[in-house]
Amino acid sequence: MAILNYTDEHNQFRERLKSFIQREILPNGEQWEKDHIVPKSAWQKMGQEGFLCPTVPKEYGGPGLDFLYSAIVSDEMTRTGYTGLTAGLHSDIVVPYIVSFGSEEQKKKFLPGCVTGDIVTAVAMTEPGAGSDVASMEMTAEEDGDDVVLNGVKTFISNGIICDLVIVAAKDPNVEDKHTAVSLFIVEDGTPGFERGKHLEKMGMHSQDTAELFFSNCRIPKSNILGDKGAGFIMLMQKLQQERVVSAISTVAAAEAMLELAIDYCKNTIVNGKPLSKKQAVKFTLAELATETKMNRVFLDNLLLGHTAGESVIAETMMSKYASSELANTMADRLLDLFGDFGVLEASPLARSFRDLRITTIFAGTTEIMKTIIAQSMAL
Amino acid sequence: MFELTKAQKGIQKAAKDFAKGEFDKELAYELERDNEFPTKIWEKAADLGFIGIHFPEAYSGGAMGLLESVLIAEEFCRKDSSIGGALIHASYAAECLLRFGSDELKSTYLPKIAEGEILSAGAFSESDHGSEEKTIETSAKKDSDEWIINGTKKYVFNGAQAGFYIVLCQTDPDASPTEKGQSMILVESDRQGISIEKVGKKIGGNMTTTATVTFKDVRVPSINLVGKEGKGYDQLQAYLNESRIILAGQALGTSLGMFDRMMDYVKGREQFGKKLAQFQISQHKIADMATKIELAKLITYKAAWSADNGQLDAKLSSMAKMTAARTAMEVGGQTIQLYGGYGFMTEYEVERYYRDAKVIELQTGARDIQKDIISGAIIGKIK
Repeated sequence: MAILNYTDEHNQFRERLKSFIQREILPNGEQWEKDHIVPKSAWQKMGQEGFLCPTVPKEYGGPGLDFLYSAIVSDEMTRTGYTGLTAGLHSDIVVPYIVSFGSEEQKKKFLPGCVTGDIVTAVAMTEPGAGSDVASMEMTAEEDGDDVVLNGVKTFISNGIICDLVIVAAKDPNVEDKHTAVSLFIVEDGTPGFERGKHLEKMGMHSQDTAELFFSNCRIPKSNILGDKGAGFIMLMQKLQQERVVSAISTVAAAEAMLELAIDYCKNTIVNGKPLSKKQAVKFTLAELATETKMNRVFLDNLLLGHTAGESVIAETMMSKYASSELANTMADRLLDLFGDFGVLEASPLARSFRDLRITTIFAGTTEIMKTIIAQSMAL
Repeated sequence: MFELTKAQKGIQKAAKDFAKGEFDKELAYELERDNEFPTKIWEKAADLGFIGIHFPEAYSGGAMGLLESVLIAEEFCRKDSSIGGALIHASYAAECLLRFGSDELKSTYLPKIAEGEILSAGAFSESDHGSEEKTIETSAKKDSDEWIINGTKKYVFNGAQAGFYIVLCQTDPDASPTEKGQSMILVESDRQGISIEKVGKKIGGNMTTTATVTFKDVRVPSINLVGKEGKGYDQLQAYLNESRIILAGQALGTSLGMFDRMMDYVKGREQFGKKLAQFQISQHKIADMATKIELAKLITYKAAWSADNGQLDAKLSSMAKMTAARTAMEVGGQTIQLYGGYGFMTEYEVERYYRDAKVIELQTGARDIQKDIISGAIIGKIK
């Protein structure tokens, strides 16, 4: 009952990616967790082998593939259990801003590097005082001759330390309406006035660098304005859609991977002479979690069908994002119970999942924001 | 029944004041990061009588009950879940000695624990899964007036720092059922033949070290037997029933610690032109959390009160531990949710409390184990 039509080419791509992961990701994951960052060389290897930016058109150096290739990358990268090399964030969340809204000049300048991994990207929306309430951002962008001058602070920026290019949302202080005041800007590494703040310590996702970014009289040329002036908020909201699809792909994959791990563990762990999997409560727990995972998988694949066909699937995306991230969290928590003492050790793979997943009901829009949008879709 | 005595309120206040004066956020951050025990705070806590408060005065204790221990656990963990947890478990498994040990063993070791000279540990588990084992490999053989102990114990709390271990050993290999041949033996950690391997970092509870402890031809005098030969398994169950009440107090305090911080946050944080506390969804989350905390408190206090009144009830202990630990996980989950991105950041502490809560939930058995105990007690033997 396959919903998605993966072609032979898709399947071969997945196999090549799996082999890349075996060679380049899994042997290094623990070190990256300790280092709290992934080296640039790993990004470049991934780019060289064709696993970054699958959907970037050929004319800009990309492979020009469909979004299902992106879905395969997010799915398989999640299954590694290491969150640091955020290919999905780069390829499917940030780079699409340039593809969709960039000028011809911007596309030619930046996209080829994004595809090879020489340019790692980030998007800076959140501020210390503006989380879910994106429109209340305070960062300003004022035009001065041929330049734009940026001032403000962004926080919780994934890839904040490693990024070479960051798409920044800031508002024109002279425009009163807070939605139409926002524009997007491309800021490159090394621009005077652009500083990276603390490498933030987190509960999980240790191999991924999250940082504050500071802009003080940061001058960029007007040619670095991305898309139409004043359309920043609309562009953000439009691209948040795919961000949430990517989030759902990851949390469904995470749930499937944890379930697989738990089934294996329960079959092979003997307690008082019997495998754990022979206990009725364990069987029922795994049966329930498998049911919910499958329901989320079917829902997601159906959503992906609509998303790749360009249909309007806003409410479905919110449903999938929130339901699967909540499930993945519940599952990590519950499976730790079955793992018992072993689950407590950092050496147990579930421990890391438990820590890493906690942010998934918060980032890319909290569960509460998802429910708010779903309610709006029902005209409530 | 629904009010603490004046003395209990005094202890509660003293514990609160001590935690407020001594526990420090920066120190907690460093100790957790480096996997270190809060030695200085522990020594002060012992000086003031907070460690082993339920020991008799003859053993440097406070001659108090479990309820007083719960009140201390609650206040300590409310101020800091990790420092609190480490202090509460400074006397880990000492209750085995307290309830079953000879006068000689008690007068030698209990004062050292209460006075903050040594930590204690229980070496019970042998598998990766937990402590509900009826068949164990660790053996103790009699050799004139000594025991010779051989075996490996896993997940030994305080394992790398304890002054002694209460070791569950098979003293009669022919016993049927096997658990009738188990006994508890006190093994000082400086005996020849003990090797220790730390398990490394855990999800939480990182101010205590957990270790695998191997005993190879370790000799201790026969008087180190704790309680009766062949009664080790039963004594362990009795100890676990008691310790679950303390764990419930720890979980209760951890919940309150997160709840306090969350309340400050939602009253201060503004989004969409309103304080978070002004959104109905936040308000209902708060109502749910407060209700669950109240339930956890009632059942924990009742379990402690029952034990103090000579009615230690396995079922009630398990209910209290299960409820309080689950409450801590639920309160933790929602607290982080309300904090948003900040909740995931180490600097804001609640993520550490949440991780500590999960360790409490798994200690002495996850929910499933507690439900086995509760239902076993309720259903009894079916003919």
